[in-house]
Amino acid sequence: MSDILLSLRGVSKNFGEGDVLRGIDLDVRRGEFLTLLGPSGCGKTTTLRIIAGLTGPDTGNVILEERDVTALPPEKRNVNTVFQNYALFPHMNVANNIAYGLRVRRAPKQTIRTKIEEMLALVQLEGFAKRMPAQLSGGQRQRVAIARALVCNPALLLLDEPLGALDLQLRRQMQLELKRLQEKLGITFVYITHDQEEALNMSDRIAVMNDGGFEQIGAPDVIYEQPATRFVAQFIGQANLMEARVTQIHENSLTLLHGDQTVLASAPSDGALKAGDSCLLCVRTERLHYAEMPHAPFTLTGMVMENRYTGGALITRIRLPSGEEWTAGGHGRADEAPAVGSTVHLWWDPAQAAVVGGGRGGA
Amino acid sequence: MRKRRVAFPPIYLAIVLVLMYLPILMVVLYSFNDSRTSATWAGFTTQWYEKLFRNQSMGQALLNSMQLAGWSVAASAIIGTLGAVGMSKARFRGKGAVETATTLPIMIPEIILGIAYLAIFTAIGLPLGMPALVIAHTTFCVPYVYIIVKGRLVGADPALEEAARDLGASSLRVFFTVTLPLILPAVLSGMLLSLAMSLDDLVISFFVSGPTSTTLPLKIYSGLKTGVTPEINALCTLMLGTVFLLVAFSQLMSAKRVKSEFKGGTP
Amino acid sequence: MRAFWLLLPMGVIALLFVAVPLIYVIALSFLHRGEMMGVTGPATIENYLRMFDARYARVMLDSISMAAYTTVLSLLIGYPFAYYMARATPRWRNLLMLLVIVPFWTNALVRVYGWRILLLANGPINTFLLRIGLIDRPLKLLFTYGAMLLGMVYSLLPFMILPVYSSVEKMDWQCEAAARDLGAGPWRAFWTVTLPLTLPGVLAGCLLVFVPSIGLFFIADLLGGSQVIVIGNLIRDQLLKARDWPFGAALSVALLVVTCLVLVGYRRAGGKDLEVF
Repeated sequence: MSDILLSLRGVSKNFGEGDVLRGIDLDVRRGEFLTLLGPSGCGKTTTLRIIAGLTGPDTGNVILEERDVTALPPEKRNVNTVFQNYALFPHMNVANNIAYGLRVRRAPKQTIRTKIEEMLALVQLEGFAKRMPAQLSGGQRQRVAIARALVCNPALLLLDEPLGALDLQLRRQMQLELKRLQEKLGITFVYITHDQEEALNMSDRIAVMNDGGFEQIGAPDVIYEQPATRFVAQFIGQANLMEARVTQIHENSLTLLHGDQTVLASAPSDGALKAGDSCLLCVRTERLHYAEMPHAPFTLTGMVMENRYTGGALITRIRLPSGEEWTAGGHGRADEAPAVGSTVHLWWDPAQAAVVGGGRGGA
Repeated sequence: MRKRRVAFPPIYLAIVLVLMYLPILMVVLYSFNDSRTSATWAGFTTQWYEKLFRNQSMGQALLNSMQLAGWSVAASAIIGTLGAVGMSKARFRGKGAVETATTLPIMIPEIILGIAYLAIFTAIGLPLGMPALVIAHTTFCVPYVYIIVKGRLVGADPALEEAARDLGASSLRVFFTVTLPLILPAVLSGMLLSLAMSLDDLVISFFVSGPTSTTLPLKIYSGLKTGVTPEINALCTLMLGTVFLLVAFSQLMSAKRVKSEFKGGTP
Repeated sequence: MRAFWLLLPMGVIALLFVAVPLIYVIALSFLHRGEMMGVTGPATIENYLRMFDARYARVMLDSISMAAYTTVLSLLIGYPFAYYMARATPRWRNLLMLLVIVPFWTNALVRVYGWRILLLANGPINTFLLRIGLIDRPLKLLFTYGAMLLGMVYSLLPFMILPVYSSVEKMDWQCEAAARDLGAGPWRAFWTVTLPLTLPGVLAGCLLVFVPSIGLFFIADLLGGSQVIVIGNLIRDQLLKARDWPFGAALSVALLVVTCLVLVGYRRAGGKDLEVF
């Protein structure tokens, strides 16, 4: 049995107003939680619909469990979907919604009954079997939608922004529950969201999409720490970006010049950079430090423009000599804020500052 | 000053309603009037009702009307519903033309279709009578079902059908387990409206009905034209009573539905 | 492909029982009157020229002006009614709705007949007026232009009230409140905000009243007597009495053209697809 459950090969789609998908390739591993992350209109929902069979691709193939299912209609695919607004059948109660897939498959009555109980227990909705969807809260509807999609033991569960309609607190709670559920059942999840926090929290791997293609596919920490493109760096987390030129290459780190100021960064593992190359450097907001005294060998300075206390973090806006504005967000207290207008010295742990795209992408 | 403004709406509503119901009240009142010719009150009687029930041709007209309405409503419910569902999925040029032609019968004065049917049925030799009436009534009932069902489909979430397919249901099964239950209220109200329109129609039936298939409105019309017969009063009163009962019943049903929907409450 | 089969029955109806008969009528209108009930060629526009004959032109103008008066009166009476109905408390609103719907569902003949009783020379209105001494001779109420107009407005009023009601009911009252807040008086707020926002309902109502009112002939028969001949009566008489099919067809085509102009005007004025209640 192959480790790859689902593959997209050269899938493209055009709805008549430019390409929605530009020949994408994707491999989903068995049992993983893969998130398609991207801004609205990037093609993630279309990708999901093509996997489900609700939309046909213009070119390319969808391969599920080593079988080409490109031409199969949705009802013939062992894939189920949790729809964005749940799409619960409003004229059926919770039990009948959950039983729908089983009835379609002509499962015996007894099996259906036990399965409903099982699913209700799984999503913690015991006793809600007779309720109509209109009588449920958003979070409860969400659970019913998940139970309905899981009842037929799909090889793959697709989730289209399932938490989008919930408020922040409930969303955080549901993130944990979904992740736990996925680990418990061992079913492969392909999850769509535009919320990077959600993606980072839950995923085994994240595929960052933009403009009909993938920008980077990788584990959350890799995506965060070593963004492959400027888009990824800016879309995920708070990034300070700077153009710089490599002057020296050390074993684990690089020395770079930004204008005439020296900074350090981690060396990309593939050793693609040479002295004299220009590159784009990404320093996460929370990893940017400042002090009154210089921190050798860094010579970068900046002027404090503004302090904002956001509860738990002190956000400081600093203008570099080059005119760019950076943000530092430490765990400082409000009374530790540097005076506005004062000059501070900037530095960071070289291991925590990455060259975007390992030197090839971005800049 | 202020007080008068507050009092105006109820008075206005009341005046319009009184004018609306005064003629209806007259019909009811005069159906019990013990005078064949005079419009003045000559005492209470139920003889017109007895006469009405003994009137064979009146009974036949009622049967004709009900038979006609039954066939046309059933046919238009099926045709209009399928048409609305098909139209919501179809993508082709000339879609607008089909829709215009379908809904035209309720957009143009009835007399135009009436004479068009008379002309063409005569030309092709289709005898006037029940089959011609059913065709004509179905044609003008389809748009009511079509428009109402289409309105419902426009507001429907396409994800519901997709969810059903995603869960493994075939197209046919999706239609019967998801689409149809969702549009059923619209189909029913379309049928109800069609029923009313078919039973109410005078103009088109006037041209299309042959001598043997007089409908109730035609019977009433000719009765009124030839002279006042209090039997017509009695008949109209009975029809009014039926409408009152039906409307009251449907209101009661919808009130009950609203109640049961809220019975569970939201947790 | 599936959509095609679903649409097929409706398409057949639309083609065979709407398009073909109408085209046939149009074709008829260009033919000569033949023997008995028949028609003969060659093609002619004589039937259309005949419409400009003073007698027939009068009927056309009378029909259109009657329809226009009916529409305006229905709007003037129906708009306030629908407006107050939509602003009433939900309890009252439901009751009022019920009271408007019952006549709507009632056979139009029955309701028009009620007016006939009321307006008779020895009917309740005259009797009442004589009794209180306001008049000393019965007024001629029935078979007048006024009676006919009354019957038209009365029959078609629900078609004005229901669409206006549904657009007033849908209105966002915060818009009106905002207008008042910005200094508009109640009338100004109505003219500048409420009326434009409820215009779709007004347009739909006017369409639903105007179009049927040009063709109705039975109200003219029952309440107007021979006072006013409307185009509906004329068409019917050409077919059933004069047996002049081509001219009857030409009159119908003229009526169809007027209707289409009204429909186009409705679209131009921003009218939406009609919702049937």
